[in-house]
Amino acid sequence: MALVEQRVEPSERPTWFERIPASWWIVGVILLIMPTFASDFVLFQIFGWTFILGIIALSLMLLAGYGGMVSLVQMTVAGCAGYMVAIFGVSAITGISQGWPWYVSIPLALIIAVLFGTISGWLAVRTEGIYTIMITLAIASAFFYFTRQNYVIFNGFSGFNGVLPPRLFGVDWRGPIAFYYLTLFWAVVCYLVVLYLSRAPFGLALQGVRDNQRRMAALGFNVTAHRVAAYAFAALLAGMGGILLTWQSAQISPGTAGIGPAIDILVVAVIGGLRRPIGPFIGAFIYVLLKTFAIDVLVALGLGGERFQLLIGLGFLVIVLWSPDGILGLWDRWRESRGRDPLLDPRGGPMDDRTGDRRGDRRVDSR
Amino acid sequence: MNAPMNAPTGLAVGISERLSATGTANALELRRVSKLFGALAAIEEVDITVRPGERRAVLGSNGAGKTTLFNCITGDYPATAGTIRFFGEDITAFPPHERIRRGLRRTYQISLLFTGLSVIDNIYLACVGVSRKRFSFLRPRRDDALVASAESLVNVVHLDEARDTLVANLSYGQQRQLEIAMALAGAPRFILFDEPAAGLSPTERRDLVEILMGLPSHMGFIVIEHDMDVALRVAESVTMMHDGRIFKEGKPAEIENDPEVQALYLGGGDG
Repeated sequence: MALVEQRVEPSERPTWFERIPASWWIVGVILLIMPTFASDFVLFQIFGWTFILGIIALSLMLLAGYGGMVSLVQMTVAGCAGYMVAIFGVSAITGISQGWPWYVSIPLALIIAVLFGTISGWLAVRTEGIYTIMITLAIASAFFYFTRQNYVIFNGFSGFNGVLPPRLFGVDWRGPIAFYYLTLFWAVVCYLVVLYLSRAPFGLALQGVRDNQRRMAALGFNVTAHRVAAYAFAALLAGMGGILLTWQSAQISPGTAGIGPAIDILVVAVIGGLRRPIGPFIGAFIYVLLKTFAIDVLVALGLGGERFQLLIGLGFLVIVLWSPDGILGLWDRWRESRGRDPLLDPRGGPMDDRTGDRRGDRRVDSR
Repeated sequence: MNAPMNAPTGLAVGISERLSATGTANALELRRVSKLFGALAAIEEVDITVRPGERRAVLGSNGAGKTTLFNCITGDYPATAGTIRFFGEDITAFPPHERIRRGLRRTYQISLLFTGLSVIDNIYLACVGVSRKRFSFLRPRRDDALVASAESLVNVVHLDEARDTLVANLSYGQQRQLEIAMALAGAPRFILFDEPAAGLSPTERRDLVEILMGLPSHMGFIVIEHDMDVALRVAESVTMMHDGRIFKEGKPAEIENDPEVQALYLGGGDG
């Protein structure tokens, strides 16, 4: 897909309807009719959680995949939004929660989350690679310990419970079906926005900054401002995910945004693949399945159920070793190999008798 | 590509206003500019004055400090000492993007392009960089002014047929032409060309000379070039550099016939 449209006769240009592959229509219909055949547990716990984790991991994908900035602060930003909804809105901790209506507390929570993400980004963008990871990890740790020790605002170790979504249009939005559609809707919106943004000037420039900062500066882009703006937008996504996460569990505590969950978001994004916005949702689905069912599998095998993290870790290792581009990378390679003609493609061609290489597979050493 | 090309859409916009606003200020004025890397002086106390619209060649052997000079002018390397004025404004402390937004442009010795994007997308990105749409979340429409500007630049550098080709699939010569198109994006007032003819075939060099000579007359430039035929043909004045210092300045004919220059650079000396 090009940013500037290719020169095509108007009559030959496919409509947006025609551009969507058949497989996407099938997945879309299945997701829409899911409540007719799936149990409440699957809707609420598996898919609801998948969509929420997918949104938060999508914010990391935007930063890492398009911007080249691996941030461990995304779960913290999500936690910050969750805390703000609890503090400004309604919760069981009436001594702290302000009880303001949802149309005040939710925007305010998102604004504060975006501010928090922007400041974190402003601190992190001056660094590269491992240093970005360390700075964002330090911010995540600081937030975790601060919320755990502060009882005046964050209610310390216990956090807040009874944080529920508002009852709009007479619907209980925490009911399994309603919550499923709520999270599905926001997951689709976030996915489409990031997809659209990737080919808009801002997104394209972000990818340019990832590839060559010096060149982008020489084209007139303020590289630092662009990267900070990316953190701000990613914080908006993470904040939305954080509010949904808080509503799902009806509570928020320091552990929600601890070091473990912060790293889990990275695992989710890497498992799915950081190259395209669908990757985080695939990664989230696999992560949720493992986290939910690994205990049962381990117990059935006579092993300790508490070792489910081992399975997640092994899965992560296998994917990173076999496909650095995650599941999406494996999928791309499989599709590529399926479409390859062994007679035309040297990689599938016959072996060279003398060298043992496949013919045509020798690279020209440009040194 | 025989006829001199017209200024592409948006290229000349604001130029006359800016020139009149800056009065008779020189396009570029370097005063005692030095760049040290530790104890090594890559350039030392360089004084250069270029008038608006002037075309200058900077020549010198490898290591003479030509590219460092460009990097100091564009802000890629902050100058260790001295002042740089661009159309009368002191830009010494400005970051690179601020200098670019004031109408300064450059190309690189080794093409720095976005190989995963098409030709038109690369040029569009260059147009966006010097516009107010840098942070736009909206994809461009078909009638977008910046798209039109990018389209005209494709034509300026004769890449019409490669418009939708991925840059990775372009020939080396086409990539150099694309570099020039990206430098022409927006409303450039002055351009720094860093060895634009390096690695080009004789035909491509002829094309390059035509492109450079066909630029609007108000658009000055400095070109670093080892190919003397190209450099002396497109330039009105020449600055010779040696060991990080200005060694000689003059008209192309004067430089060509200067015995010292001949000894040092044109084959008579040890180079």
